[in-house]
Amino acid sequence: MLGKGGVGGGGGTRAPKPSFVSYVRPEEIHTNEKEVAEKEVALHLLPGEQLLCEASTVLKYVQEDSCQRGVYGRLVCTDFKISFLGDDESTLDSAETHFKNKIIGENDITLHCVDQIYGVFDEKKKTLFGQLKKYPEKLIIHCKDLRVFHFCLRYTKEEEVKRIVSGIIHHTQAPKLLKRLFLFSYATAAQNIIAASPKNHTVMFDTLKDWCWELERTKGNVKYKAVSVNEGYKICDRLPAYFVVPTPLPEENVRRFQGRGIPIWCWSCHNGSSLLKMSALPKEQDDGILQIQKSFLDGIYKTIHRPPYEIVKTEDLSNNFLPLQEIQAAYSKFKQLFLIDNSTEFWDTDIKWFSLLESSSWFDIIRRCLKKAIEITEYLEAQNMNVLLLEENASDLCCLVSSLVQVMMDPHCRTRAGFQSLIQKEWIMGGHCFLDRCNHLRQSEKEEHRRQLSLPLTQSKSSPKRGFFREETDHLIKNLLGKRISKLINSSDELQDNFREFYDSWHSKPTDYHGLLLPRIEGPEIKVWAQRYLRWIPEAQIAGGGRVATMSKLFEMMEEVQSLQEKLNERCHPQEPLQTETPCLLRNSARLSSLFPFALLQRHSSKPILPTSSWKTLGDEEDLAKREDEFVDLGDV
Amino acid sequence: MASASAPKCNSHTSDNEPLQSMSQDGVNCDPSEAVPRLPGETLITDKEVIYICPFNGPIKGRVYITNYRLYLRSLETDMRNLRFALKQEGHSRRDMFEILTKYAFPLAHSLPLFAFLNEEKFNVDGWMVYNPVEEYRRQGLPNHQWRITFINKCYELCETYPALLVVPYRASDDDLRRVAAFRSRNRIPVLSWIHPENKMVIVRCSQPLVGMSGKRNKDDEKYLDVIRETNRQISKLTIYDARPSVNAVANKATGGGYESDDAYHNAELFFLDIHNIHVMRESLKKVKDIVYPNVEESHWLSSLESTHWLEHIKLVLTGAIQVADKVSSGKSSVLVHCSDGWDRTAQLTSLAMLMLDSFYRSIEGFEILVQKEWISFGHKFASRIGHGDKNHADADRSPIFLQFVDCVWQMSKQFPTAFEFNERFLITILDHLYSCRFGTFLLNCESAREKQKVAERTVSLWSLINSNKEKFKNPFYTKEFNRVLYPVASMRHLELWVNYYIRWNPRIKQQQPNPVEQRYMELLALRDDYIKRLEELQLANSSKVPSASTSPSSPSQMVPHLQTHF
Repeated sequence: MLGKGGVGGGGGTRAPKPSFVSYVRPEEIHTNEKEVAEKEVALHLLPGEQLLCEASTVLKYVQEDSCQRGVYGRLVCTDFKISFLGDDESTLDSAETHFKNKIIGENDITLHCVDQIYGVFDEKKKTLFGQLKKYPEKLIIHCKDLRVFHFCLRYTKEEEVKRIVSGIIHHTQAPKLLKRLFLFSYATAAQNIIAASPKNHTVMFDTLKDWCWELERTKGNVKYKAVSVNEGYKICDRLPAYFVVPTPLPEENVRRFQGRGIPIWCWSCHNGSSLLKMSALPKEQDDGILQIQKSFLDGIYKTIHRPPYEIVKTEDLSNNFLPLQEIQAAYSKFKQLFLIDNSTEFWDTDIKWFSLLESSSWFDIIRRCLKKAIEITEYLEAQNMNVLLLEENASDLCCLVSSLVQVMMDPHCRTRAGFQSLIQKEWIMGGHCFLDRCNHLRQSEKEEHRRQLSLPLTQSKSSPKRGFFREETDHLIKNLLGKRISKLINSSDELQDNFREFYDSWHSKPTDYHGLLLPRIEGPEIKVWAQRYLRWIPEAQIAGGGRVATMSKLFEMMEEVQSLQEKLNERCHPQEPLQTETPCLLRNSARLSSLFPFALLQRHSSKPILPTSSWKTLGDEEDLAKREDEFVDLGDV
Repeated sequence: MASASAPKCNSHTSDNEPLQSMSQDGVNCDPSEAVPRLPGETLITDKEVIYICPFNGPIKGRVYITNYRLYLRSLETDMRNLRFALKQEGHSRRDMFEILTKYAFPLAHSLPLFAFLNEEKFNVDGWMVYNPVEEYRRQGLPNHQWRITFINKCYELCETYPALLVVPYRASDDDLRRVAAFRSRNRIPVLSWIHPENKMVIVRCSQPLVGMSGKRNKDDEKYLDVIRETNRQISKLTIYDARPSVNAVANKATGGGYESDDAYHNAELFFLDIHNIHVMRESLKKVKDIVYPNVEESHWLSSLESTHWLEHIKLVLTGAIQVADKVSSGKSSVLVHCSDGWDRTAQLTSLAMLMLDSFYRSIEGFEILVQKEWISFGHKFASRIGHGDKNHADADRSPIFLQFVDCVWQMSKQFPTAFEFNERFLITILDHLYSCRFGTFLLNCESAREKQKVAERTVSLWSLINSNKEKFKNPFYTKEFNRVLYPVASMRHLELWVNYYIRWNPRIKQQQPNPVEQRYMELLALRDDYIKRLEELQLANSSKVPSASTSPSSPSQMVPHLQTHF
């Protein structure tokens, strides 16, 4: 159920019990058989996509009105996705399909989206991997985007079962060569398809010009310069071809340790203080080399720490923040809470929902990330200090923390283009190892150390990792900065007070949504991001309710205002051409559910969802529960 | 961007909401006065004190005690929001304490509650909001199956029921008297709500007096069958007993019980497992422990779970959904009871009615719902709240009505466009549930209120609200008819009502106003402005004046403004 990391609890490890119940009797299936041949849906292949194996007479379970029903069809596996082609497609074309992904349909699972595959053997659920001796009656696929698919293979020919099951297992689990990733065959085949030029003006940060633009935008150009020493990745392939360093820093210093030990600029605050990041120098035992490293760093350090004009605060993220393994462990537990097989499981876990959430520690991690970003914001904004983020490769927690700080401090990062540019700048160009962290090549499953780093980012306002081995870095701080600075690193109570004061005082003022934004981090304020985590769970849908209800009112009003505006424009400037009306996707909002636009409302009737679980024991209140409501009848006063 | 300077004091100017609302309601706002006073409010004493604020430490100030409130005026900064929470240091403690207890618990000192002294005047009379005949007429009653009876006109049939009752046409007043003998405190099954189309009904009552020996009452059995037959249904009558089954069984020992299968052939009984008033009281106490004075941080979720508060909310909502579903689906009429039919029963019927009937989701509709299902049907507000009574450990106290309002809040969270009223409306109701400024929630039942002439001698809370309706309106409200609302009673969606339970903690202050709401209000204003200008242009056009000139904020300038925020 969980990753091989052996993370227990969190609803993941359950006693073997019948974990799957078929709700469809064979009689129901035969009646469908004739229609199938007529209605079969064609498989939609992308350029370069190849069909690998398939099986017919597969039943996909659809949760509907708190019972399950089977949809009959063909299960196929290509080199890009697993796809179910049911005879039920007709209903999908109905008015309910407000949103339709043209590449990945409702019944498509891209190979890289598969998280776990389970087989059901005699009502028992087992994880499937490698070569199988026995083939399951049912296949359950848990996806990384938290969808859960159930396929019944009982009526499928044995040969086909073998082919499709082993095909799916192989293509979702076997190690892959980079060049075999589907996107390369797609790109080759789709060469002629010219992508529409992006209108969103995302800055890619792949040219010197982009960095200069960002420097100018943030007024960082006073103290920092964009350099092209790494053009063609001559110095280091971890770093982008172009990046920004302090103006006084000689370019040859970058070469010295292949870009390590260099403060690389992330962002500048309106008051001139800047956020920087640095990857650590290689570990050395030799005193001589250590001495050399120390004097190198002393020199570097002077470019950003020049009291009284400029003071730097160093944040050692490798040692004084979250261990990456902890993030991964918490996320594995947390996501398991949303991979729900059936209604019974949903209501069984509902009673202990809060303690399950807490035991995953995910919220705690989110809180610590936010808190760290607020602390750094305080240094930059209130104390006018430069902040230097330190991490072994400066490509995990550095990305996380620096982008969070920018989202809080820079309103530009809260626009769509700005946020996309931020991801590009801090994560893509920042060298976050997506390939490893997401384990796209599925290497060495056994020593998996995946991490969900970008997830805290998106939650506070997603992708795992592999092969990141932390070493002892005790001496790093000393090596790097000398005694004087380590005082600053181990923050005292005084700094804690600064944080509180800064945080409390910000929250006591009216919010300017176009200025600094600090999130609330108290217990009751950190909640499940329902739109992401609950979106596929039918039991959790609020028909006609949820946030979408207010949002659609808002959009309706915007539409009305816009059309009035056009009318006014027309009257004032009759010569101007009419603006084309933007199509409204949110008509008929009563039909939408709280999970719009991610999941369709699959409940066709207006039946309420009724909890099926029973009451938990009250423990110490048992005697109270037995008491009569009225001891003495007071009647009227 | 917010500036870096951090003032030493975290006073929240937005915190003095209740005060502001009072000053708008014609409160004495003379700036020379130390305390804003309501008409009829008199100052008893005042003294300089140090207030030990749980959030901000000691604060020097002056405390004022009136016959309505305790008020702290801070000498350092305006901390009006904390006026009800005072601890006092100093030598003349006893004096202050005695005065405070005397006026805080007037009933124990033979003093009247403030509501009887309040001389506030409003331009609307809230006592006129609920007229039972009109409300039943709105429901299409009386009809061929149901009649209005005045048998309880002088409260002689049932002391805790309202004067006016709706009963099956086929049941005579004599039948009703015989049934009353078999129902706890004579609270016979009477109609609460009828479905406008399928004519299924919600009927409420108290438990049958079955007792240990398993007594039967032919009249009661027949009466229930008459109810079942009012809409010629063939199916059984559904009885929802709000209690856990063990409690229902245990109640036999004290003469109560439930409708057994052998006695009531045409009824089907379900237990809803909702706990009693004592369990609810203890649960709320635990909620208070985890939020005051400090909010539990690292183990917030497990602490919240250990209070069971949301679990109780879940069960109450689940029960109400079942009642509403039975009636709405046309499967059968429903009879709801608990022990006496004034706590859990009121919760279930009123919540089910809120789900079924969109009228009750309007401001006046909700007032009528509260007035009808809670106040007139004898929810024992005086005992449950303990108005003016010093015995705070009284076992009769329980936050049953608060729990109901919490359920309503949970529903309004899940359906943010379905309710005409906003959160402030619910909080205002709860504030005045305890304040004794209005007569609305005083005493235990209609007969007692009539005796005390509450409607003549006090002001109704609805007067305050209805004379100021705009403040309590939800801008997103979309009127819908015949739409049944089924909330999702899952812990995944239920949350602690932070703006109510933790509102005094300056650290847990939620964004006010909500940014989406704010944006919506801006758009509304913009729309009205455009409509006005279009009308002006039309006028100008009709008088043949060229429309070249426009106001400086021309519409084309507004376009970028509109688009940047999203």
